[in-house]
Amino acid sequence: MDTLLEVDGLSVGFDTDDGRVEAVDRVGFSVARGETVGIVGESGCGKSVTALSIMRLLPQPMGKVLGGRILFKGRDLLEASAEEMHSIRGNEIGMVFQEPMTALNPVQRIGNQLSECFLLHYLGITKKEAWNRSIEALKRVGIPSPEIRVSEYPHQLSGGMRQRVVIAIALACDPDLLICDEPTTALDVTVQAQILDLIKSLQAELGMSVIMITHDMGVIAEICDSMVVMYACRVAERGPIKTLFANPKHRYTRGLLDSIPVLDSPHKQKLNTIDGTVPGLSEMPVGARFAARSTHCDVSSYLNSKEYQTVRPNLIEIEPGHWVEDCEVVRV
Amino acid sequence: MNREATGESDYLLEVEDLKVHFPVRSGVFARARNWCKAVDGISIRIRSGETYGLVGESGCGKSTLGKAICKLLKPTSGKIRFDGFDLTSASRKEMQPYRRDIQFIFQDPAESLNSRFSVREIFEEPFVIHKMGDSAERSRKVNALLDKVGLPRSSADRFPFEFSGGQRQRIGIARAIALEPKLIVCDEPVSALDVSVQSQILNLLMDIQSEMGLSYMFIAHDLAVVRVISDRIGVMYLGNIVEEASATELFTNPLHEYTKALISAIPIPDPTFQGERVLLRGDVPSPIDPPPGCAFARRSPIEVSEEVASQPSEYIQASEGHWVEVHPATVRNYDEPKAHPRPTVNPLAEPPEAPNPKLGGL
Repeated sequence: MDTLLEVDGLSVGFDTDDGRVEAVDRVGFSVARGETVGIVGESGCGKSVTALSIMRLLPQPMGKVLGGRILFKGRDLLEASAEEMHSIRGNEIGMVFQEPMTALNPVQRIGNQLSECFLLHYLGITKKEAWNRSIEALKRVGIPSPEIRVSEYPHQLSGGMRQRVVIAIALACDPDLLICDEPTTALDVTVQAQILDLIKSLQAELGMSVIMITHDMGVIAEICDSMVVMYACRVAERGPIKTLFANPKHRYTRGLLDSIPVLDSPHKQKLNTIDGTVPGLSEMPVGARFAARSTHCDVSSYLNSKEYQTVRPNLIEIEPGHWVEDCEVVRV
Repeated sequence: MNREATGESDYLLEVEDLKVHFPVRSGVFARARNWCKAVDGISIRIRSGETYGLVGESGCGKSTLGKAICKLLKPTSGKIRFDGFDLTSASRKEMQPYRRDIQFIFQDPAESLNSRFSVREIFEEPFVIHKMGDSAERSRKVNALLDKVGLPRSSADRFPFEFSGGQRQRIGIARAIALEPKLIVCDEPVSALDVSVQSQILNLLMDIQSEMGLSYMFIAHDLAVVRVISDRIGVMYLGNIVEEASATELFTNPLHEYTKALISAIPIPDPTFQGERVLLRGDVPSPIDPPPGCAFARRSPIEVSEEVASQPSEYIQASEGHWVEVHPATVRNYDEPKAHPRPTVNPLAEPPEAPNPKLGGL
């Protein structure tokens, strides 16, 4: 397949009062045209920071890209000028944020917020044309009576409708890549189902690629083709979802999949858990970061070894397209 | 309900036809122009040692119901009986002993814990309020509580912001169990947490229950989570319970279209799963001025005429312990529940009860 986006060895650091912390550590994955890639992990694992670096929207001046490349259609976004990024953002890459109420401007009519994309990216378009296109865009995301909704304010809409508006804005200029950062976390399950169906059908219609950032394995299973499991700022495992769900090799992926309550899990029985917590950003070891939470008997000697502090694990390909941290391949 | 006369009851908590209406004020004199019917005639019962799950979309009134049970909100009408005592008309003073028995766990532990109190102070406060124990005993209790919820004893002198989300929720739980309550209302206790932490907290809640024998009212919007922890589940829609059954029964044999939609909307973490989805139309109508008749009819996948939709629905017992609101728009094979009339009384099982459709006595 034709690769649209390739993230290679991306490292991002934040300057804090206590020195620099690394929020993303040599993350790499690729997105093919028309493919949906899910990025899954716990809060603080660096999934949102990865997305923001692709958009070059890291909080300034604390956020810095320390290394790596982000190739979008063969061009390195990290070397693109501010003007080039302006024309890429919104036009070629769209983004949907978690909380639609904070993503929308509360004092601007929905039509004005949508028109802005058209006015910015299409030269010579009149305000009237942009307004009409906004109505079209609202119709596309399934908002009933778009002619009325277009002149309303965000607070007049329900949460699900607002998220549809955010998606309409992200899709206004037919982007090649849509980045969704937890698009359904703030929504009810029934509305979440509607929004996921909408993203799926729009993707089939427009042929775009989607990066879906979430912590919900169910959402991943529902709409993604492949997934990237992140743990403590690094990629723990990545590959096609069918392989990863059927045959997870990383102990963290396994633990994550085992700990989700599912509809047919036995009633009133204890769930599997992953003990312990993620290490803090400033105290990350160089070696295998999941080892400290692993319940394997052979880890204690490793945790005390020099290797743990100095040798960083590599990703190895154990079957075509399925990459996993070498230290965590379950050795039985 | 003949046992009422003798003042005895199998149930720890009995809520009867509870209504909580909020005034919607507007105009110069801030007069109540309208009423937001957040909870509109709910009856539930919880046995001791039982977990009652309450699910529904945001805005359906589930948190309002939880708060009203703890009397954190004043009910508009209806009755709340706890351990045989009528809480509805109780004064502040009369409530005092029952405040110990009913505790609350909030969704966001970051906001519900006082950030200026150390963990020790948070844990000791309930004992101070209820004038229990001396300082030596309190400090023993603090250690015991920390052990119980799996936090290191050294955390007693730390402050809430020093803990992660999961650990903060453990503090919230420890505070709730400090006075050995009989009932804990858990309002979305795990929805703000990561999946791996979520399962730790659910396990902790189940452990505490089997150890202390208390009851939970577990409010959540995630059906998979509710299923794991609950014995019985009530599905709430727009201020009313539309279906109630045991956890197993509700998932294997859901009758109400809304329940089916909720179950089918859960994303299944299995890429090979091919499920059919019951899609609802539109959004939840506003509880201010809800549409006449069946509140769900206009969203149901079974399309009915406006005339049918404005007919009221009826709350009936479809099978033993399985209650559902029936209406042509809410239940497929509408006549079927009527074909199974109210079950004949089995003297060995439940004590006889007059199933009153309006009361929804369970």
